[in-house]
Amino acid sequence: MSPIISVSNLSKTYGSGFKALKGINLDINRGEIFALLGPNGAGKTTLISIICGIANPSEGRISIGGRDIIRDYRAARSMIGLVPQELHTDAFESVWATVSFSRGLFGKPKNPAHIEKVLRDLSLWDKKDNKIITLSGGMKRRVMIAKALSHEPQILFLDEPTAGVDVELRKGMWEVVRTLQASGVTIILTTHYIEEAEEMADRIGVINKGEIILIEDKATLMQKLGKKQLTLQLQHKLDAIPPALAAYNLELSDDGHAVTYDYDTKGDRTGITSLLNDLRNAGIRISDLDTKQSSLEDIFVSIVRAP
Amino acid sequence: MNYRAIQAIYLFEMARTWRTLLQSIVSPVVSTSLYFVVFGAAIGSRITEVEGVSYGTFIVPGLVMLSVLTQSISNASFGIYFPKFAGTIYEILSAPISYFEIVIGYVGAAATKSIILGLIILATAGLFVPLHIQHPVWMLTFLVLTAVTFSLFGFIIGIWADGFEKLQMIPMLVVTPLTFLGGSFYSVNMLPSGWRTLTLFNPVVYLISGFRWSFYEIADVSVGLSLGMTAGFLIACMVIVAWIFRTGYRLKN
Ligand SMILES: Nc1ncnc2c1ncn2[C@@H]1O[C@H](COP(=O)(O)OP(=O)(O)O)[C@@H](O)[C@H]1O
Ligand SMILES: [Mg+2]
Repeated sequence: MSPIISVSNLSKTYGSGFKALKGINLDINRGEIFALLGPNGAGKTTLISIICGIANPSEGRISIGGRDIIRDYRAARSMIGLVPQELHTDAFESVWATVSFSRGLFGKPKNPAHIEKVLRDLSLWDKKDNKIITLSGGMKRRVMIAKALSHEPQILFLDEPTAGVDVELRKGMWEVVRTLQASGVTIILTTHYIEEAEEMADRIGVINKGEIILIEDKATLMQKLGKKQLTLQLQHKLDAIPPALAAYNLELSDDGHAVTYDYDTKGDRTGITSLLNDLRNAGIRISDLDTKQSSLEDIFVSIVRAP
Repeated sequence: MNYRAIQAIYLFEMARTWRTLLQSIVSPVVSTSLYFVVFGAAIGSRITEVEGVSYGTFIVPGLVMLSVLTQSISNASFGIYFPKFAGTIYEILSAPISYFEIVIGYVGAAATKSIILGLIILATAGLFVPLHIQHPVWMLTFLVLTAVTFSLFGFIIGIWADGFEKLQMIPMLVVTPLTFLGGSFYSVNMLPSGWRTLTLFNPVVYLISGFRWSFYEIADVSVGLSLGMTAGFLIACMVIVAWIFRTGYRLKN
């Protein structure tokens, strides 16, 4: 199946001369949740802004559902709903009016039933007649989501949707996202919270300094890049790691009853066999062991920190 | 054409007008009434007639133009400046809508508002002096043309401005002086010839002259010239707007 979004060779140089994106290639599959993960200033917002028509590309092409975003901007843009990173809302309009406005802007005929459904799904229904200025930050964020959903987009961009949002609302938001995905909407979210990508995404792209350094299915990514941690429970308390074992960089627990060993599942050899051998030679007996997959956060940090 | 988008922008802007009805309508009406009191009653008692028309009557078209000009600029400049300032412009830029449609929505609403205002001021003037309009169709033509032209001009200012001071600067430093010196309150023919020649470089002279002609058939310059100059300014504004959108000037990075 052809990708719903196809970005090829996209570069962006800002007026200041700063190169924010460098030859980005990215395909988004229909119906997936794609997380674009990267530290602040990586170029996530720039990439989204260009796809959505808010900033001009310097080089490269983008197509949405096969339509070029510049030549065929009407068809391309009408498929997209955008929730930008910053809270930009009107002040004196009612929630209902601002959401209906968005639908009109995208050329869709009035459909009060749809607007009602969107507002109900986002728990905004009882606020529909309130002026936006009277709402809390979390509600304003939901109003922006409602605006983006007002015109029934096939693709939804969420730029750092949970920045500054409380836990309760975050959960609610993920529920909405999952429901949307179930109804066939493709979702692209950016985040620098790793748990978010880990929890939500089907695929993850990591962007750093304007370059996509990795795109992978979440599961594959975890496997391929995962560091693992082996924890060994000791039969007898240990006061210090014997010098003979220094090369393994073991860490002794506070109570002296466990050591942990970090190893790389990608490496040619994990070193586990020799570690166990050397432990036995040192007269250390093991009562139990377990291994743990490191979180995506560790993966992320290891990628982004790499030179 | 994305007519629904034009309609959405237009109605959104008109809703803003109704919300701020008091300041949009009342303050120009009050200031117009004051002009009548000061210029019409006080000065008018000394200058009884200008080119065969009583002074109070003579200044009516100029007063209407004064308001229409300044209101068109401030409505339209604020209308587009505010979303830029508040960041809500993102939605306009990301919508499946052409630049032309954006302009029709914003400029159309700003012009509508100032046309309504012009008519209200005309009605207010009718309370002070007897009005007679020789060429109502031309009167409306000039009114609409001026409102649209200066709303476009305001739209350009709103895009160019990157702060509230700049937003007010052009109307205050350029437009108001030009309007006052443009023959709102006197006939250009009353000036000494040196001043008169200088005045002819003021585009507002042509607007007011043409507009006044549609009322009383008296004009400082020929009606054709008035119409031509107004249309010329309109086209100049359209060219600038087209350029703004083609390059994304001050709108897109
Ligand atoms: N309008 C702009 N002009 C110049 N540089 C910009 C502009 N917007 C963003 N940048 C720079 O581009 C880089 C990427 O920014 P951004 O896309 O916002 O990153 P992210 O969303 O990943 O945090 C940053 O270094 C930022 O300073
Ligand atoms: Mg960002």
